[in-house]
Amino acid sequence: MKLNLNNNEEVLDTSSDILSINEIRAIKKFSFNHLVVKINNVLIKKVRFDEPLVRDGDKVDIIHLISGG
Amino acid sequence: MLFNEIKKILSGKTVGIAGCGGLGSNAAVALARVGVGTLIIADFDRVDETNLNRQYYFHDQMGQFKASALKNNIEKINPSILVHSHIITLDEQNVSKLFAGCDVIVEAFDLAEMKEMLIETVQSEMPNIPLVSGVGMSGWGQNESIKTIRYDNLFIVGDGEIEASKETPPLAPRVGVVSNMMANVVLELLLGEMANETKPQQ
Repeated sequence: MKLNLNNNEEVLDTSSDILSINEIRAIKKFSFNHLVVKINNVLIKKVRFDEPLVRDGDKVDIIHLISGG
Repeated sequence: MLFNEIKKILSGKTVGIAGCGGLGSNAAVALARVGVGTLIIADFDRVDETNLNRQYYFHDQMGQFKASALKNNIEKINPSILVHSHIITLDEQNVSKLFAGCDVIVEAFDLAEMKEMLIETVQSEMPNIPLVSGVGMSGWGQNESIKTIRYDNLFIVGDGEIEASKETPPLAPRVGVVSNMMANVVLELLLGEMANETKPQQ
């Protein structure tokens, strides 16, 4: 699956044609707990991270948040 | 643009600042100095001695609520700024009420879970208001790792990597850099991009 992930063009190693945010996190080995996600510039709430929402060609932003301020 | 023109535009603008710690207090002061007309600031916490290594408070303000102390400090710098100060713990319910009507919102919390809550709430309930967030400003040095990444109308400023810890505490220089970069993004959103038409005189 081809994605624009965090402003980079990427090809994910998967046979499915639709993925959830948590599946992408597993494929990419993203381990942070606190994150904000946008699909095609629309915010996706945390409660929807297991829903199949991402299709080929989508723009996906998975932004990791860390403490400090 | 002349500073008088800049001031005139900014005087009609409102910026919301969520959190009055290292990022929020320094960004608020920068925005007050240039004349952003209305600042809505919110924080539940009081000034502690451990805050003074980076936050815009004074030794004799220890024990005061940050939101009140920051309002006082801003009024000493620029009394023409209207500061709405809220001593409150922000959550999914009150964020939209407090910051509706802002031209830009600044996320300036310290904890990752609070950053997550604020960004998720603002971007889902007020998606048209630009949001500037600080992520990664602990430790020292490494100027070159600090940057601004834009995701539509969400702007993330910081190194994105170095979490606050015992070994990498947040300190005035780096927190100051990031908070002022955040204020700089706010200015660009309020004024538009700076025209680079003036070339240096030979």
